[in-house]
Amino acid sequence: MSYLLAHPLRIAALTGAHLALVAAALACALAIALPLGLLLARRERASRAVLALLGAIYTIPSLALLALLVEALGLGPAPIFVALVAYAQFVLVRNVITAIRTVDPAQRDAARGMGMSPLQQIARIEVPLAMPIMLGGVRIAAVAMVALATLGGYVGAGGLGSLIFMGFTLHHADEIIAGSIAVCSLAIAIDVVLRLAERTVRAN
Amino acid sequence: MSGASIRLTDVRARYPNAGEAAIDGISLDVHPGEFVVLVGPSGCGKSTLLRTVNRLVPLEHGRIELDGVDTATLDPVAMRRSIGYAIQAVGLFTHMSVAENVGVVPSLLHWDRPRIDARVDEMLELVRLDPARYRRRRPSELSGGEAQRVGVARALAAEPRALLMDEPFGALDSIVRRTLQRELHDIVRATQTTTLFVTHDIREAQRLADRIVVMRSGRIESPQSDFSRELFSDE
Repeated sequence: MSYLLAHPLRIAALTGAHLALVAAALACALAIALPLGLLLARRERASRAVLALLGAIYTIPSLALLALLVEALGLGPAPIFVALVAYAQFVLVRNVITAIRTVDPAQRDAARGMGMSPLQQIARIEVPLAMPIMLGGVRIAAVAMVALATLGGYVGAGGLGSLIFMGFTLHHADEIIAGSIAVCSLAIAIDVVLRLAERTVRAN
Repeated sequence: MSGASIRLTDVRARYPNAGEAAIDGISLDVHPGEFVVLVGPSGCGKSTLLRTVNRLVPLEHGRIELDGVDTATLDPVAMRRSIGYAIQAVGLFTHMSVAENVGVVPSLLHWDRPRIDARVDEMLELVRLDPARYRRRRPSELSGGEAQRVGVARALAAEPRALLMDEPFGALDSIVRRTLQRELHDIVRATQTTTLFVTHDIREAQRLADRIVVMRSGRIESPQSDFSRELFSDE
């Protein structure tokens, strides 16, 4: 605890960098997962194949995947960024598909029958109705990404992981504990914020 | 504002992956302003027939004309906006207010805001829901009868040339049902909207229809057939 109290500015800076990495990776992951999920929601067979593939990626040990990505992309934020995006796909895509499939068939039929184009059906009906469940998936992915991003410290991507790995190298338990507490706090904070967002969307 | 004619010629359709055709050999002429009710047992193809008219179900054979124009030559999305559509499950959009629901098709047609607002109020009054009280409500705050009134108002909002209704009152209790039947009858007569209405309730058909069309096993039955006679005898 003493490190945490003695270096609040350093902890804050590392937390900021950690959050920035996760936020950027989450935005990128969503930019892929949302269209992919919307496309797959109506295609039973294709969705099963893609989810099997994403599930397989999900099971690759993170350290092994990161090592391979460092070989390909070098040190720095790039490999952990790609790893975060890749791991999030399984949770996010599966969640978008599930969310879209839970949309009331009567509302879908009405939207189509009243003359909404396929894009309007998605943008005006399906996405808004699926939003609470989709946000749930975003929350789970974001929390997992905060934890996983810690590995970024090992490959020179910065963030709270660098503090933990430094403690690991120097045998300073204090830094490991301080980094861990900060990572957990960040994950909990993100969980709380997204839960609130979910509740607000649900209430509407 | 008068309704369109609807002419079906030797229509066949089936649902994707279904073996037997859902409807086959259907020919039917609906005159402008006419109220035609399709009756028959469940699975007879009456809903499928209704859904071929706005091309929610594609034709496998035959043609459907709207005011003499083959619907296969029309853009289905634009065509659907000119045809009112109401279903038993109502399908009010739960994330929108009553006013937004009623205004859906006018807004798809890019009517300006004041015109949509005025039309929404007019429609709500038509189905006897006080606009001041109901405009802002959510579908979850409506009774079954109120929801179906909004469904009817929504189907009529953009001055459609034709109206397709699939058991719209099927889920309502008999008293509310009678009231809504009477009101729909008056509204459609007043606006002269051509209407195709599906029900399995013979009494409802008799109350509403200019003409009743009996269906069985995907085909139109002759009114003189034993099946039709039995349908209209006591109950």
